[in-house]
Amino acid sequence: MNGQSKRVKLREIAFARSGDKGSNSNIGLFAYTPEGYQYLRQVLKPETVARHFQALKPTEVKRYELPLLNAFNFVLVGALGEGGSRSLRVDAQGKALGIALLELEVEIPATLWAKCLREKRESRDE
Amino acid sequence: MSKVSHHSSINSTLRIGNAQAFWGDSPDAAVRLLEARPDLDFLTLDYLAEVSLSIMAIQKDKNPEAGYAADFVELAGSLAPFWRAGCHTRIVTNAGGLNPMGCALACRDVLQAADCPVRIGVVTGDDVLARLKNSTDSTRFKNLETNQPLEEVRDRLVTANAYLGAQTAAEALARGAHIVICGRVADPSLTVAACRAHFGWSDTEYDRLAAATVAGHLIECGTQLTGGISTHWMELRQPENLGFPIVEMSVDGSFVVTKAEGTGGEVSEFTVKEQLLYEIGDPACYLSPDVTVSIQHVTVVERGRDRVEVSGARGFPPSPMLKVSATYRDGFRAEGMLVIVGPEAPSRARRAGEVVIARMRQAGFAPERWHIEALGSGDVVPGAVGRQDDLFECVLRIAVADRRREVAECFSRQLASLVTSGPAGVTGYTSGRPPVRPIFGYWPCLIPAAEVGPTVTILEAV
Repeated sequence: MNGQSKRVKLREIAFARSGDKGSNSNIGLFAYTPEGYQYLRQVLKPETVARHFQALKPTEVKRYELPLLNAFNFVLVGALGEGGSRSLRVDAQGKALGIALLELEVEIPATLWAKCLREKRESRDE
Repeated sequence: MSKVSHHSSINSTLRIGNAQAFWGDSPDAAVRLLEARPDLDFLTLDYLAEVSLSIMAIQKDKNPEAGYAADFVELAGSLAPFWRAGCHTRIVTNAGGLNPMGCALACRDVLQAADCPVRIGVVTGDDVLARLKNSTDSTRFKNLETNQPLEEVRDRLVTANAYLGAQTAAEALARGAHIVICGRVADPSLTVAACRAHFGWSDTEYDRLAAATVAGHLIECGTQLTGGISTHWMELRQPENLGFPIVEMSVDGSFVVTKAEGTGGEVSEFTVKEQLLYEIGDPACYLSPDVTVSIQHVTVVERGRDRVEVSGARGFPPSPMLKVSATYRDGFRAEGMLVIVGPEAPSRARRAGEVVIARMRQAGFAPERWHIEALGSGDVVPGAVGRQDDLFECVLRIAVADRRREVAECFSRQLASLVTSGPAGVTGYTSGRPPVRPIFGYWPCLIPAAEVGPTVTILEAV
């Protein structure tokens, strides 16, 4: 590994919430800092998210950008099979997908990571 | 409890609380919220998830006077002491379900008995089941997600309700209703109705309607705005006493979300952002019957402890089509869980699960669909975290579905038999055989708004 970068879980630099809309699930993902958002814009492609959830067989993953919120909305089309009432999974409504996305590992420049951690700590401890 | 004056000036801030996010939510939330904030102008109470109406349909089949959220009648009764003491808080709710008038009559009785007669507005017209059942045009009411024709499920339809907007509920409020009981209304429209009635907004003040829709969207899930299901839940203060959310709306559509002082949780940039994107699709195109909303340029700014200002929503004319949420009978399901203990517990669990399915097959009841999970080993969101097989305990969960009720019944018996025929260390069988439940398929489709005629009936206090 390059000494200038670090492999971290998304949860160190972002937070999330997920739910269902028919047979789709959506995940709101929020970077703690604008720099973190800009970085994720480059590395967290729809394909990356689709790969993380490939076992759920989404037919498509859409990524919407909300720069004023440092946020993305990922829509996982078809990830809930035939929808909340028919799905036999324990997580029929995709409630766990947000927290599960935060387990995804990304390679991040060490300086950016340190800044994200510092600002996250400051904003949560105030 | 002190008496509070009625803020009727449109320049005053309108205070709207939410004390019910779903049918089965905390029943005393409304009382607790009004104890803390008797100055609220409105309470919105949301009882309807996508398939709630199909449960109400079954209840109404057995008893024509049922078919609504009976919990609400009790809740209305619990608020009588506040109203008798001069509290002016009005209520907008979708508790009417499939029978808003039945709900209203029951409320009137309870409140009369509590010596608290009030005027009740009843909004009907959302029920379009007959329209779908009698439609002969096969190009209409196609499934919005799959594009399948209605023919495939028409004979099995249980409910079909159009999502109404705020206008009719606002009219009921303008006619002096203290409680407005609706059936299917878009969730944020409960809040929009309160705003329209108070501020007199027309149906083309799109940016203001958009702001109110965002406000309604934020509070409709109750404590999800104040820390519930937050990534930072473990850091919350008093998680056992999460406050229910409150909107403070101004005439120009700017608003702050907050919660009652002394309650647990937080209203912060973190909780508000998470809820803002909760269960939405394209942020530039949030569809509601009142207005099409873009939240693309919305900002979320903390204005003090537990006070967050949300602004920048843009509104555009609503679609001429209303969304219809229909449900149809789609067979039966059953699911059950057992605890499996022992080395490599997930392997034991999966094998035990396969045994149940094999036995069903032997009995001539192979299920059309089934799903086996070893909970604890990474099966909830498979692949997202590495699968762990080296566990000493996990939970086996099996779910089956079939058109035939007997298949689900067979499963229910076979699962129980694992207690004596399964692996060493099978335990946790305490809740008896799993119940067999009907499946209600979800059929979203569209209807021209012009074909839906919502109406208000005013039930006078007597």
